[in-house]
Amino acid sequence: MNDNRNLPTQQSDQKTETARPEPALLPPVDVFEDGAGITLFADLPGVPKDKLNLQLEADSLTIEGEVALETPEGLESSHVEVRVPRYRRVFTLSRELDSDKAQAEFRNGVLKLRIPKAEHAQPRRIEVKVA
Amino acid sequence: MFRTMFPGDLFAELDRLQREVQQAFDIGPSIRGLGRGGYPALNIGNTPQSIELYAFAPGLDPNSIEVNLERGVLTISGQRDSDAPQDEKVTQHIGERFAGRFRRVVSLPDDDINPSGVSAQYRDGVLHVSVKRREAAKPRRIEVQ
Repeated sequence: MNDNRNLPTQQSDQKTETARPEPALLPPVDVFEDGAGITLFADLPGVPKDKLNLQLEADSLTIEGEVALETPEGLESSHVEVRVPRYRRVFTLSRELDSDKAQAEFRNGVLKLRIPKAEHAQPRRIEVKVA
Repeated sequence: MFRTMFPGDLFAELDRLQREVQQAFDIGPSIRGLGRGGYPALNIGNTPQSIELYAFAPGLDPNSIEVNLERGVLTISGQRDSDAPQDEKVTQHIGERFAGRFRRVVSLPDDDINPSGVSAQYRDGVLHVSVKRREAAKPRRIEVQ
């Protein structure tokens, strides 16, 4: 019985060790909510469109991006504020959001992501009919 | 109540804390260049031919960015408008992105740079300013005869 209990934890330990993520910066975000859904803005300067990776699952959102700068040959850094060429941020989504209908725009290093609420979760005004 | 659905908030706080701690230990490169952690973030490097600045300034209209070089002092300034929707029914859950006027100043070695050899390019939210160095300032290998 003891063996059975140990087995799954050992496996999960190994998993976390092999899948340790590389260091990444936390991009600043703004999140707005209105009746129809959620809008997220994220600052990812230096990330070209093809290096942006958005993963939308039923209950989580992962934003990842690699910075790609054009640097001349033989460049020596003298002052560095952006130390890691990578961004990553994970959010938990709530169930009323419909991630299948999400729309993303990416311009000048700013990601705009719109996740609408599922039809049944949207507020609606019920019309009163007079018979 | 909805706020708890964004656990990333806590990490953002830690991120800010880390930045502040780092600021306390870092020695600024010059009297004007101490603004670490401001907007936009700056990476500066140099090659034998040029000085290269990368300003991480996402979401700007390239025409609104001012880049000035005067007596070896390079100024990057502009304005970033807020993306907040102008609607009373909208709730803001997280607000970390910079909005407003910004200005960053870097002093470059005056005797080293060529003021007419400056170029600026805005791409993927990064402003890249390249300043050519003077011929005389380039490191030179002296031939021993």
